[in-house]
Amino acid sequence: MSIPFWRDVRVLRVLLQVLFLIGIFLLAGVLYTNMLTGLSNLGLTLNLDFLGNEAGFDISEGIEYEPSETYLKAFWVGVVNTLKVSLIGIVCATILGLVVGIARLSSNWLIRTIAAIYVECFRNIPLLLQILFWYTAVILQLPRVRESISLFEGVFINQRGVYLPSPEPTAGLNVWGGFLLAGLVLAVILYILRAKQLQRLERPGFRAKWALPAFLIVAVLGWFLTPEIPFTLDFPVLRGFNFVGGLSLSPEFSALLIGLSVYTGAFIAEIVRSGIQAVAKGQREAARAVGLSESQTLQLVVLPQAIPIIVPPLTSQYLNLAKNSSLAIAIGFPDVFSIGNTMMLQTGQSIPVFAMIMVSYLIMSLTTSAAMNWYNRWITRNR
Amino acid sequence: MKILSWLKDNLFSTWYNTLLTVLALGFVYFLSKGILVWAFTDANWDVIPANLQLFSVGAYPRSEIWRVWVVLYTVCALLGLSGGIWGGLPFRFAIGIGSVGFVCALLPLFEWATRGWIFGNVALLGAFLVLGVNVRGLVSKMRPWILGAWLLSFPWTLIMLRGFGENSVLTTNWGGLLLTLILAAVGIVFCFPLGVLLALGRRSSFPAVKWVSTAYIELVRGVPLITILFMAQIMIPIFMPNVRLDKVLRAMLGITFFSAAYMAENVRGGLQAIPKGQYEAAHALGLNYPLTTLFIILPQALRSVIPAIVGQFIALFKDTSLVTIVGLLDLLGIAKTVIANPDWLGLQAEVYLFVAVIYFVFSYSMSYVSQKIETALGVGKT
Repeated sequence: MSIPFWRDVRVLRVLLQVLFLIGIFLLAGVLYTNMLTGLSNLGLTLNLDFLGNEAGFDISEGIEYEPSETYLKAFWVGVVNTLKVSLIGIVCATILGLVVGIARLSSNWLIRTIAAIYVECFRNIPLLLQILFWYTAVILQLPRVRESISLFEGVFINQRGVYLPSPEPTAGLNVWGGFLLAGLVLAVILYILRAKQLQRLERPGFRAKWALPAFLIVAVLGWFLTPEIPFTLDFPVLRGFNFVGGLSLSPEFSALLIGLSVYTGAFIAEIVRSGIQAVAKGQREAARAVGLSESQTLQLVVLPQAIPIIVPPLTSQYLNLAKNSSLAIAIGFPDVFSIGNTMMLQTGQSIPVFAMIMVSYLIMSLTTSAAMNWYNRWITRNR
Repeated sequence: MKILSWLKDNLFSTWYNTLLTVLALGFVYFLSKGILVWAFTDANWDVIPANLQLFSVGAYPRSEIWRVWVVLYTVCALLGLSGGIWGGLPFRFAIGIGSVGFVCALLPLFEWATRGWIFGNVALLGAFLVLGVNVRGLVSKMRPWILGAWLLSFPWTLIMLRGFGENSVLTTNWGGLLLTLILAAVGIVFCFPLGVLLALGRRSSFPAVKWVSTAYIELVRGVPLITILFMAQIMIPIFMPNVRLDKVLRAMLGITFFSAAYMAENVRGGLQAIPKGQYEAAHALGLNYPLTTLFIILPQALRSVIPAIVGQFIALFKDTSLVTIVGLLDLLGIAKTVIANPDWLGLQAEVYLFVAVIYFVFSYSMSYVSQKIETALGVGKT
């Protein structure tokens, strides 16, 4: 006697899943028809043709762009701006987080306390509030252009932003580039030689011990041997009502960058601290007992164990930073989201534009996590 | 001499530590001097007391404000009762809230009527605390009833704040700290079950369920909250033209669906830590899947991820500030309107600092409680 089909687990499993999928498709179908009727009521059709039309709105900063160019180009400007602020933000937040995280483990009570106060303050206040504070209460309250604060020669801060000297390449750059290339080749050879030697000696060690100084020596020598200095500094100069030349950061960009770096830096500091603390104290003591120096202990025992703990949460902080850069819309920095928003308001094509925004963020997220996963594997393999 | 040796050990142990101490002292001196001079001479703090009602309830009509007090009284009574019955951490928490309320009522920040209301709250909290301590031994099995009462207090709060008929207060009039707390509470209450379901779905043995859950989780986690909030504002009217939802409800939906994906990942971490033997033992006892999940797996899985879940709640609380961008007047939105008011021009720093302190107090106390729960449950000690 066989089991009736309505009590057969195999049949039930398939049946339940089919029911589930039918439910999902029904829901999607209802939403889709609603959308089509909604769109036809608005007199819109669902296609991407509008991307070729003239955008007609101005974008305050970013790669070269004219209002007469297409929507697609405008969107691309936004993507580049988001990438720019995210990448620079990640670098700043990592440096800040590393310094503060290590400071939290300092043997100096004052340093430890300052670091702890920084972390607790900035972690517990919403990022949007911090960005608005930096923008409206700090940067826009800075002195006017004529009364700019000058920290160093050529560095000016005023309410229109931050002005820095920018390096301008000269003809000498090509020669120096040749030196750098030669140095790089030399460094790779030395790295491989050193790795082979360490393998032969069956001893752990710093593989770039020869490669790094060799590269630096070639680079520095090259700088002096090149007949013309490879870079000249272009200083910002006050001309009329504004500064000309040099590198300028807009107030919106500066506020967003400060907000993102300071906020994410606090989280990264906690990750670094807990990662280092997660390495058992006995490991460190044992390393010292077998005669490794303090720096060798850090390099060969503590960091190899701490980095695999640190990297996964660090990755999610990087992703958070990139996604949080969308708060730019609150202060008018033209990132991908705020340009997308302008496009939606102008064309009414909210669905395709939303899809484009989401795909851009998904691509960014997936690439970042792929890169960090690769780094994590590389670190753990090298162990 | 103890002080001297402490100083030597902690500040001047080596020459570079001494250098660091001197540099840090200079930094602290200039920073605190700048802040103090600004706070006591340049800053104009009048803007805070003048707009205190806006900050706390936004445009909530003055004649209906008793509803907010009724809700606060309910919460205080429940808090007092739970503190009394549980003892330990809830007890200390209730005492803490009571003392903060007491100090607030003593300070001349509010009008006399408001201070009276707050005193009433503190008194009620104290009374129920005493009551709870006394009934603790008398009635057994009190705790499930209290938990049930907490759950019921949630719809009660929403109904009370909304009201019916002539005098009902539209959600568009909710604002300030009240709206921030309501958004956070709704998000927390609804994202939790949704997140658990998604996490179970992602670990389901049904491929169809698994794929749909995984796709949802990864899609939502890959995009910023602000896109979800905008979608909730723009897309819901397009996709569901027959359903009339106001702005606040749409923001609540956006926050809930966004947080559920993150909650699912936290819960999944807990589920993965459950040894296979637990499932097998439950199966051997004859429990089916729902019973196993509800009584064997989830209690263990959730317990081990409490810190992560509380962290997620803190993030959700801070993220409610993003509704400012879609035009709601939560605490941060109110701050922006106050700054834009021509009577209070140029007071950005004061207003933002005040609002920052409020956000800080709430998130810091949540993280403090979470640390205490962690030590109380012995989570994280392996």
